[in-house]
This record gives sequence, structure tokens and C-alpha cells, in this order.
Amino acid sequence: MTTKNDEKIIVKGKKSLGKKFIQFVKKNPAGFVGLLLVVLSVGSALFAQWITPFDPTKASLMDRLAPPSWSDPTGESVFFLGADQIGRDLFSRIIYGAKISLMVGFFGVLISLVIGTILGLISGYFGKWMDDFIMRTADVQLAFPFILFAIVVMSVLGTGVWKIIIILGLTYWVGFARLIRGQVIALKEQEFVQAARAIGGTNFTIIRKHILPNVLSSILVLGTMYIAEFILLEASLTFLGLGVDPTIPSWGGMLADSRNYITTAWWTAVFPGVAIMITVLGFNLLGDWLRDRFDPNLKM
Amino acid sequence: MLTYIIRRLLHTVLVIFVISLIIFFSIRLTGDPVSVMFSAGEPSKEAIEEVRKNLGLDKPVYEQYFIFLKGLVTLDLGESFRSGTSVTSLILERLGATLALAFGGIVVAMAIAFPVGILSAVKRGTSIDFFGRIFSLIGISFPNFWLGIMLILVFAVHLRWLPSSGFESFSHLILPSITLGMILSGILARLVRSSMLEVMNQQYISTAKSKGISEWSVIIKHAFRNALLPTITFLGIQFGSLLGGTVIVEQVFAWPGVGRLIIDAINQRDYPVIQGGVIFLAVIMVLVNLIVDISYSFIDPRIKTGKGA
Repeated sequence: MTTKNDEKIIVKGKKSLGKKFIQFVKKNPAGFVGLLLVVLSVGSALFAQWITPFDPTKASLMDRLAPPSWSDPTGESVFFLGADQIGRDLFSRIIYGAKISLMVGFFGVLISLVIGTILGLISGYFGKWMDDFIMRTADVQLAFPFILFAIVVMSVLGTGVWKIIIILGLTYWVGFARLIRGQVIALKEQEFVQAARAIGGTNFTIIRKHILPNVLSSILVLGTMYIAEFILLEASLTFLGLGVDPTIPSWGGMLADSRNYITTAWWTAVFPGVAIMITVLGFNLLGDWLRDRFDPNLKM
Repeated sequence: MLTYIIRRLLHTVLVIFVISLIIFFSIRLTGDPVSVMFSAGEPSKEAIEEVRKNLGLDKPVYEQYFIFLKGLVTLDLGESFRSGTSVTSLILERLGATLALAFGGIVVAMAIAFPVGILSAVKRGTSIDFFGRIFSLIGISFPNFWLGIMLILVFAVHLRWLPSSGFESFSHLILPSITLGMILSGILARLVRSSMLEVMNQQYISTAKSKGISEWSVIIKHAFRNALLPTITFLGIQFGSLLGGTVIVEQVFAWPGVGRLIIDAINQRDYPVIQGGVIFLAVIMVLVNLIVDISYSFIDPRIKTGKGA
């Protein structure tokens, strides 16, 4: 039933949406900047084919290592951020590179999040031998640093975006599992969960209706921060030649190429790194804000 | 105390065992390394068989694994496919360079993180704190190899102050150490700030202050000393990822360490060297964690009561 009074409030809420937004920006400038940077990089990835001025894979030896158009003394360069060692437009390659980085970030987190959440729920809720088994496995995984594991596996399997995504997903579930396990153990003793059990709720219903909704915000916070971390890890692996296929435009790959031209073409080394920083900083700022908003006591 | 140490030791042995399994079988995931070695030419079948026999690859996989495991215990990691040199001696030759880099990285991280973290905590809520937090955030928001490239660009290419690669003198160590330590300093500064804030609220700080001791004396002698303990533990735990980081930094600066040995071995498909190098680094990390945990239980006896800590 809706009374007149309620309607008024709803209308008022609509009217002040712009005001609310300004308030949000004033209160959380860092979160807002984060959101802006994330929108910028996600937008670049989604609309790459429409916003790039050139084909990112088209080589043109005439334009080999052409400097950025605004710092070219001859005024011949048509490339806003310059060209690479075989004359490909750096700006277009950076925009396309966002696709790879964000793909690795999103899908890698999705896999580790699903595995980690399920195992964390089982471990925390059922306890006993399952908890022991899952947590011991987690300990071993934590003791073996990701980068070494990835070096071994990628050196055998060869490069590929999905290979990195799966390796990240299969290693980083531990973070989610530990986080959720701890929260489930605390939640299990809460009165509302006890009450649900007392009225005959099955384990599945209790987990789905009472436990899972209460851990979602932490999952969101950790997921956002892991996107940032995965983007960095993918770039590092690709830089070592063990990540994304070198023919696909990626930020790590562009930086690997730039090493041989650092004395003559600084732009090839600077701009792909700036792109990584903008994106990763965006997700980190967003993650920080989400944590303050939902879960100020969360320790990570 | 003793049971804790024994349990911790057993756990370490288990971890090393599992890691050796993972590494050994990952490398054999795609089958026969010898066929990959010869991918360029078209050798005769006899030649391939000869090489397989020499390398012990004609034996069943489980037998190969036991040979590998036995070698691991006796520090004999086999011989390089390419040069025939013992993998252990190849690693030991380059270990010094990697440890020097890791040590340099820790020194840089502490030199940056301690002042930034302490100042942020003491001047909490001021613009100094704000810039400290921004610094920490930016510090974890770019890949360390890119920082390395930028340092080379500025200090080696443009200013010509420092060498960009190699391992001959102290000046060669500066840029790689900054590169390695920077990321860690961002995380470390956050930790120093939060543990300082925690300590500063304790009563003994108020007591010290009320005795009329100067503010900085209280901060350094009373607060920072107590905030140091979690920081040191953290550094022990982070040593692993620091060693992982050396692999990348060594690649940027052509630093002749174990990491570069592994990457070169990957490019040459020299599997015993990859296998030996990775397991060697992994074992060092696990052992450092063990040492940190055990020494911490001596410093803070409450640890041993924690189940499965």
C-alpha cells in the first residue's frame, strides 16, 4: 500500500539524484576518481574498434618509431602517442590492450571467486575434516609463490590469454576461501542462523538465504582488488614472454618490445605503463572505497 | 614449544614435497622435452634415443620422479640439457647476485616505508597523512618492471648517472634495488602506519608523554619499537614474493641472478635448469617462512598456543 506521503518521498529522491551525486563526489573524492578511471578503461576495452584511429596490428615501416605528433620537430608524425618499432600506432594498441588486461582481470577473478566462495562456505560451515583438507591445501598454495608456479606452467603450455586466466583462477581462490571461511564461522554462531536452523531450515537454505548474502560485500571488495592484482600479474608474465601471445596487442607485451628502443623511443616505454597504472589505480581506489563503505574492518 | 616446532617442520616438509610434485609433473605435462629440444632440425631416431637415454628420460615417469626427489635431498639437481654443467653449481654461481638484489630491495623498502608510515600515523588526518596514503596506493598500482624501465630512462639514458645493466659495482645495485623495493614499500608503509596507530593509543604511550619526554623520543623509542614486531614478521612473509619479484627485475636490468638463469633456460627449453631453479627458489621461500615463524614463537610465546598457526 502506498500512501501520499510515500510518493512524496520517492519523488523527492528522484529530484535530488544530481545533488546526491555531487554529495557523493564531495564525500568520496578518491572513490569517484577510481570509478572514473575504471569507466575510462572499461570503456576503452568495450568500444576499442570505434575509438581507435588506426588498425592496431597494421605495420608500416615508413613510420618506424615515429614520435608522438605533439613532440615531433618535423611535424610529420600523425600518431598521437607515437609508433612502435614496426610503425604500428601506439595509441590504438594501448586502447586494444585494455581488452586483454580487463579480460584477464574479470574472468580470472570470476573463476577464483566461484571456486573460493564455494570452498570457503564448505570449509567454514561444515568444518571438521573438510575444513582441515581445504585449509591445508590453501596453505600449500600460499607457500608456493604464484609467479614461480606460473613460470613453470606457462613455459610448458606456451602463451595464451585463457591459460593465464585459468592459472590465476586456480591459484587465487585461496584468498576468497580464507576470507569467507572466517566470516562464515562468525556468522554460524549468530542468532538468526541458529533460529533458521531451529525452525528446520536445511543447510543449503541456510547457506543460500542467511550466510551468502552476508558475505557478498566482502567478496565484492576482494574481487575488485584482485582485478587490479591480476592485471599487474598478467602484464609481468607477458613482459617475461610467458603470458599473452606476442602478436596480440597487450600492455605487458608492448613494454617488452620497448626495452630495445628505450634510448631512441621513450614513448614506447612510457605510455603502455601509464595505461596499466591508470587502470590498476582505478580498481584499487574503487576497492578502497567499497571497503570503507561496506566493510571497514575487513583486513586484507 | 617443541611440539609447535616439530609440527611446523613436518608441515614444511609436506609443502616442499607437494611443490616438488607440482613442478616435476607440470614440466612433463606436454610429454617429451627432447622432441621440443630438437624441434628445429630433423634428427635421426637413434640420435633422439641416445639423448633420451643420456638424460634418463627412457625410464618410467615415477622412477624419474624418485631420482629427482633423491637428487633434491642430496642437493643434486641434475645436469643442464645444453651445457652439461651441474644445475646446482649453475644456481650457486648466481645465488649471490639474487640475494644481493633481494637484500637491496628490503633495505630500500624499509628506508621508504618507515618514515612515510611513521609520519602518516603521527600526523594522522593531515595533508602529510593524505600524501602518505596516496603514495602507498600508487606504490601498489604499477608493475615493478615498468618502474625499472622508467628509472633506466631517467637515470641511465637521460642523466647518465647510473648504469642500466650488469653486476659489477655497488652503483649497479641501486636501480634494481629501488625497482624491487618500491612495490613492497607501498604495502609496508600501510602496515607501519596502522601498527603505529594501534600502539599510539596504548596507555604506556600516554604515560611516557606525561613524563615530559619529547614527542619524537616517545614516537621512536616507545611507539615505533613496539610497532616493529608485526612489521618484521610481515617482511619475513613477503620475502617469498620479493624473491619472485627478482625474476622480473633481473630480466629488466640483465642482472645475472637465479631468475635470469630460469628465464634463459625457458627460452632454451633446458628443463633440468627450469625445474631446479624454480624448486630452489621455492624451497628458500618456504624455509624463510619457517625461520620467521619459529623465531617469532620465541619472541612472542602466545603463538604456540594458537592451533595450527
